[in-house]
Amino acid sequence: MSHEPQDMIRFENVGLRYGFGPEILSDLTFRIAPNSFQFLTGPSGAGKTSLLRLMLLSLRPSRGLVTIFGKDAARIRRTEMPFIRRQLGVVFQDFRLLDHLTTYQNVALPLRVQGRDEASYRTDVIELLKWVGLGERIHVLPPVLSGGEKQRAAIARALINQPDVLLADEPTGNVDPPLARRLLRLFIELNRSGTSVVIATHDLGLMDQFDARRLVLNQGRLQIYD
Amino acid sequence: MTEPASEPRAVARIPVQTASPRASIVPRESIAGRALTFVVAIMAFLASLTVGVVAIVSETASQWRSDIAREVTIQIRLFEDVEMDKAIRDAGRIALEFDGVAKVTAVDEAAVSRLLEPWLGSGLAIDELPVPRLLTVTLDNGAAPNFAAMRQRLEAEVPGASLDDHRAWIARLNNMAWAMVLVATAIFAMVMAATVLNVVFATRGAMAANRDVVEVLHFVGADVAFIASQFQRHFLVLGLAGAAAGGAGAAALFIALGFWSSARSATPDGDQVSALFGTFSVGPAGYAGIVVLVALIAGVTALTSRLTVNQHVRMLETARSGAV
Repeated sequence: MSHEPQDMIRFENVGLRYGFGPEILSDLTFRIAPNSFQFLTGPSGAGKTSLLRLMLLSLRPSRGLVTIFGKDAARIRRTEMPFIRRQLGVVFQDFRLLDHLTTYQNVALPLRVQGRDEASYRTDVIELLKWVGLGERIHVLPPVLSGGEKQRAAIARALINQPDVLLADEPTGNVDPPLARRLLRLFIELNRSGTSVVIATHDLGLMDQFDARRLVLNQGRLQIYD
Repeated sequence: MTEPASEPRAVARIPVQTASPRASIVPRESIAGRALTFVVAIMAFLASLTVGVVAIVSETASQWRSDIAREVTIQIRLFEDVEMDKAIRDAGRIALEFDGVAKVTAVDEAAVSRLLEPWLGSGLAIDELPVPRLLTVTLDNGAAPNFAAMRQRLEAEVPGASLDDHRAWIARLNNMAWAMVLVATAIFAMVMAATVLNVVFATRGAMAANRDVVEVLHFVGADVAFIASQFQRHFLVLGLAGAAAGGAGAAALFIALGFWSSARSATPDGDQVSALFGTFSVGPAGYAGIVVLVALIAGVTALTSRLTVNQHVRMLETARSGAV
């Protein structure tokens, strides 16, 4: 496989330990190519979430090199960090929607924090909400939303900024199979429009529906099935 | 299976314009608002009191100073072989020769005996006692004659005469006024420090209560300045409300005291109070000081919360090293 000029994310011999405990992730070497689609899978507790956190720079590795958009993660200056995060869409397992803001306001948040004028993005946000099937839930507060609706709101928030990379932690964990299929199609469509997608999941049924690269974590080590 | 595409018809009914996209990201209720507003109000009240007291003291002190400085006293002690009346005339003549002296009045014997009455009783034959005589020298407004020369000439030409320009008094008054101002400044500094610390604690509490919000903002790419401004906005409003309430309270107190003292100004103890403290009126400068103070406290509140948020978000950044 030829080396892309610039990978979205690259790990080289990355290890992670918490405190003085054993390494929970060892010798991870892989890269997320532009416009690629991959599942990250493995048994519960294999370190999927830790690996995702390393990718979205909310954890620092104990050793090894993490590069994001061609930049050494250890050398990114604090003032640069917001701009990097704006290129990274993240769907958290627990959604992390703000309960006092409506669906619309939650989804618009990544644009709002950039200081953009509301008029400039209102249509985009509403379009996206319709696209994920939340067109009727625009002015509803998250506590009123069902699990699947929250999931879709969280996905919409991750997508609104048209990120280069989407990291999703168990994005189908709270929904029934038909909705899971719909969300998967949504991710595939997103990937076709140019975003690199990483979906962490242990749902074998989901992965069987789409033939994609698989990163399999087992006991802290990674196997890659292209 | 419901497709997203099937929903636009329903969407069309939703009045999008009613969305309030500017809803505050940090919920107002999540900030320990009322208690902190109250604390800020109390602090502002105390700080305003110190400002008012400084205003009263410095004004009264300067009034005293100018009253006293407009008069000096010549005292002539009784010497044998000296004719008192002539001595008084000589002393008056000498004093009048100096520039800036408006008039010289001899305190007559009746007045002297009235002054001594509380100690010596009435019916005093003042001629039989070696009571010194006094001359009040009134100066033109703002004039400062050469007291040293006047003193020299008086002592040379009039036996037993001495000049008292109240310098010791003024110095003592100055010291007292300075001490009051110093104490008030110290109290003011402590009140401000307490306000800042309170706001630091309250901001930390608000940050802890809004930990999720801060984290989400962080992950969606908000920079520190944006996050800080979300908190700062609340604290500025809160600081303004608290400080304005406290300042208004203090101003109301001063106005009430002013009315009280002017209502009592006809009575003997009212006169005593006003002799000591002036009319209890905080001049325009004092009220302007309170307004400035209110703005200052609100500003300090907002700035303190901003600095605290900055510090906290930086800690969040450094804490991302999982490998401790």
